[in-house]
Amino acid sequence: MVSLEHFLVVGAVLFGIGLWIALSKRNAVLILMGIEIMLNAVNLTLLAFSRFVKSPTPIAGHIFVIFVITVAAAEASVALAMVVSVYRNRGTIDVDQIDLLRF
Amino acid sequence: MTALCGYVLSEWYDLRDLGNPVQALLDWINGWGDGSTFHWLAYVVAGLIGAAAIGLFLGIAMLSLIWIERKAVSRIQIRYGPNRTGPFGLLQPVADALKLMQKEALTPLAGDKYVFWLAPVVIFIPTLLVFGVLPFGPKMTAANINVAVLYIVAVGSATPLVIFMAGWSSNNKYSLLGAMRGIAMAISYEIPMVLSLLGVVLFTGHMDLNGIVQWQQKYHVWLIVLQPLAALTYFISASAELNRTPTDIAEAESEIVAGYHTEYSGMKFGLFYAVELGNALAVSGIWATLFFGGWWLFGLDRWIPAWLIFLGKMYILYGALILTRGTLPRLRIDQLLDFAWKFLLPLALVNVLVVAAEVTIWQENGISAGWVLPIAAVINIVLSGVLIVGYTQTFGFARRQRPRRARLVTDTLAAMPQ
Amino acid sequence: MSGFGPVSAFYVLAVLSIGSALAVMAARSIIHAVLFLVLFFVSLAAMFVLLSADFVAVAQLLVYAGAIGVLVVFAILLTPSRDRRGMETKFVGPGLLAGAVVAGTVVFIAFNTNWDTASNDFPSTVDAIGQALLNRWALPFEIASVLLIAAMIGAIVVVGGRGVDLDTHAAGPATRLVRRER
Repeated sequence: MVSLEHFLVVGAVLFGIGLWIALSKRNAVLILMGIEIMLNAVNLTLLAFSRFVKSPTPIAGHIFVIFVITVAAAEASVALAMVVSVYRNRGTIDVDQIDLLRF
Repeated sequence: MTALCGYVLSEWYDLRDLGNPVQALLDWINGWGDGSTFHWLAYVVAGLIGAAAIGLFLGIAMLSLIWIERKAVSRIQIRYGPNRTGPFGLLQPVADALKLMQKEALTPLAGDKYVFWLAPVVIFIPTLLVFGVLPFGPKMTAANINVAVLYIVAVGSATPLVIFMAGWSSNNKYSLLGAMRGIAMAISYEIPMVLSLLGVVLFTGHMDLNGIVQWQQKYHVWLIVLQPLAALTYFISASAELNRTPTDIAEAESEIVAGYHTEYSGMKFGLFYAVELGNALAVSGIWATLFFGGWWLFGLDRWIPAWLIFLGKMYILYGALILTRGTLPRLRIDQLLDFAWKFLLPLALVNVLVVAAEVTIWQENGISAGWVLPIAAVINIVLSGVLIVGYTQTFGFARRQRPRRARLVTDTLAAMPQ
Repeated sequence: MSGFGPVSAFYVLAVLSIGSALAVMAARSIIHAVLFLVLFFVSLAAMFVLLSADFVAVAQLLVYAGAIGVLVVFAILLTPSRDRRGMETKFVGPGLLAGAVVAGTVVFIAFNTNWDTASNDFPSTVDAIGQALLNRWALPFEIASVLLIAAMIGAIVVVGGRGVDLDTHAAGPATRLVRRER
């Protein structure tokens, strides 16, 4: 018997792993990968709610997920463009070394 | 006997639709025990039968395709082709398979050996998945998905990544270069492909392939008559995704040795070769289903089994792919990318616009199909001819009327990554 | 959902997705990390199919595994760094703690709430999504298209498009810090 809690647990664990990756890696592209994992975990949770919870418009979960996918694609493209541009100007994408704006 | 000359029955012995014996077997399994204990067994058996059927068909089809392709392409090139191995070279596929199996499958020492091993295995997956969705008959679809049209594009969009895996793990500059070119081309041609398929989906209102074939059966028309621009755009984009000449810039034999599969030898190369042919057959199968009626041939499927009709159409349309391969020269990468973004994409967009307008007028006003379809067919054919000819005349490269002196043209390849 | 098929599929896919997310963390080379990320996207698409969301699953395959995967691969190849491994910061332990706290909170809330459960099985999500996107949620749909074109133009402008001047490559700090690696 697979019910709502199973999917929520999987989504939560995936979100935690994505957060761990985003916080503990130095390469900017790997941080972006952690962010994508977090967004996908959120998508999974939204679809689980859409499937298992009573609601007047159950399709709203699917619509939300489509918009999340869209926004994640736009954000990934702009973020990676910035990463490439930073690489050309600084020579590195190690986020510990790109700290000119720090106090 | 008179019953067998009529429409296809649902009895298990009516082999004109091979789904009949399978369905009878599953119903029999479902009836074991007290009616509901063995449903899981029927589920597993259905999956296994579907997978085994697709695997068997694909194995036999690839053997036949090797011979057909080599003989046909060699005849176009005014040479004999294989004629030593068996009568008319019919045992050539067996000879090819044996040769590839007994070769040593080398792995580059400094490359990434897990990814190197994984690439030819994973590249086989999209082919199998696409064949699983094609309707071979009225009840002979291995998996009748509701979103089959988009599923085909989505599954095919994994191929650029596998090409990258193959090119990267070879630890070879030219492999990586070929892989990059292949990826750039594949992702560019996905968009006109999706837009042309969108035209088909808008017109028929179905996204599952069986529904599209039944729509063509209901209105007694082949979709190529109603959507010539979409058919042409899909054919060009899909054959560009297949990495076949004239668009095989990713594996150009005379330019970068063999592109992304340079370092592959033995059965690993055999898998790449087989997948290229299998993908070509899958594209011709999709073209047959969407635009040429699939298993339906104006009511002829009462006498000839529907799956034979479908196989015949698939192989005849594969001949179109062989024709383009044998006769057209190879295009450069920037020419290919310009073609995708500046020619196919605007035409596909205009096609979607026109189709959407036609469908809206049809559905909103409730005009009968007998009036709408011929008018729409005429409008679409005329429009596609006008668009293609007009577009190429205004935006294309005009031929020079008189030979001119040679002059220096600075034309950088804009599409190469650094 | 009960029955042998969905339950076994759920457990297999859960193990696969969590395993590939952990492999993204633990991968030694960044290309391996990208390939595990693509495996993660594919396994999540399969989970979406398990949740009767067929259109969203296919969209996930097309956009994430097909397009964003390729985008990340290109970004990695255009930014060769001195060591291709993603070196870890000093926040690995605190990061794990933060992830565990967040996940634990969500799991706790999930188990201690009375969800108003129903079983919404759609006969065809494509139909329902199409109706919703053009009737009730038409405005976000249009805004999403504007967002996409803004992102496209922004990415081209940030990277420099065709007119990148070659002087920035000539003798800046970039050429001294970078050694051409594999």
